[in-house]
Amino acid sequence: MEPSNDESSSDRSLDWTVHLPYLHPPYASTVTRAPRRRLVPLPECLASVTGPAFGAGDVDALDDDLTRNAVRTGEPLGERIIVIGRVLDGAGRPVPNALLEVWQANSAGRYIHGHDQHDAPLDPNFTGTGRCLTDADGAYRFTTIRPGAYPWRNHENAWRPSHIHFSVCGRNFLERLVTQMYFPGDPLLVLDPIYNSVPDERAKQRLLAAYDHGVTRPEWALGYRFDIVVAGGRRTPFEDYHR
Amino acid sequence: MMNATRRQTPSQTVGPFFHDTLVSEGGNILVEDATRGERIRIFGSVLDGDGVPVPDALLEIWQPDARGLYPHTSDPRAEEADEAFRGFGRAATDNDGLYWFETIKPGGPAPEAGAGQAPFVSVRVFARGLLIHVVTRIYFEDETNDADPVLSRLDPEGRTSLLARREEGGPHAHYRFDVILQGPNETVFFDV
Ligand SMILES: [Fe+3]
Repeated sequence: MEPSNDESSSDRSLDWTVHLPYLHPPYASTVTRAPRRRLVPLPECLASVTGPAFGAGDVDALDDDLTRNAVRTGEPLGERIIVIGRVLDGAGRPVPNALLEVWQANSAGRYIHGHDQHDAPLDPNFTGTGRCLTDADGAYRFTTIRPGAYPWRNHENAWRPSHIHFSVCGRNFLERLVTQMYFPGDPLLVLDPIYNSVPDERAKQRLLAAYDHGVTRPEWALGYRFDIVVAGGRRTPFEDYHR
Repeated sequence: MMNATRRQTPSQTVGPFFHDTLVSEGGNILVEDATRGERIRIFGSVLDGDGVPVPDALLEIWQPDARGLYPHTSDPRAEEADEAFRGFGRAATDNDGLYWFETIKPGGPAPEAGAGQAPFVSVRVFARGLLIHVVTRIYFEDETNDADPVLSRLDPEGRTSLLARREEGGPHAHYRFDVILQGPNETVFFDV
């Protein structure tokens, strides 16, 4: 299976030199789930340049602070971090009012999920779920706990590097991305089939947050920066799409 | 060409643990009392290449209102769009790989948008094992699809894979649309 990365791919919104082929056998679940047929090119149309609008009604006040949005008996355990960044389109323009949704394991590497069987403790004050909207500059900010690594049975002694799952809903159907943010210097990265499914080395680097001492707050939390570039943005949003 | 400094961020799989964040109660119900249009239920299974149901998939749908209008600035007729219809929904598959949405039958594109375009619902599917989501469309077998420019470019099997089949049941029409990720009956997926 090859995505249609032929000469016509310049018309497509997804850059197939950046994204991965669906089939990546080191990640075992792809073997029976990856489509094998060639993707069918679809011209840009009204359905792809529109999308649901998100606004203040989609987020609550504490949604962007995972250290506070699930507190019951006290503070969640672990290393407090601040993650800031911007969401940009392919032309480098900020994407305002994008809905960002994040989920992650707690500091011990455990998710609150019925199917997570990892023998690590839950944290009664941490659910690992958050959301926020980007501002007019495409900027966002989360406060959370650095997630722990966790085992996942993909292969012998398989451990996922620490990561935060990000879901981005931009201004239209094309500005949609689900990805994962990793931490620089994590020794598990070179062993991880999901991180290493990205074919291009520089593209892979864009999945790493950068430690940013200017974001770090004294006596409080370490700061990281993670910018996200979504597909789309090859045309202005107001061009005419009668086709 | 794209600015080299603004290359896209690679996609990564949604994994198995997205439910508490991405799936909310009622997120698969797009209609309210005031919504105009014919109520329908769209349902089906997500299946892998072995025909095994996928119990951890997430489907997102995006569709126009009953008159074919999208509530978005890129639609020149957005002002007239049904205010009681957002057009966006999310559903996770259950342990049997089944999903469903309560929505309305979408209207067709405006006539000036091109002759023969049939009404459809845009679909994205995310799952553990999909490094990047797949994009497909739900068309309806009981609509006039013969002249649709997208459907008519597909081979017969591909066309069939995009047609939701009407089944009677309950107070309103049910349409079955299965997503087959891999294999001889693989659903057509688009490069958008
Ligand atoms: Fe994870």
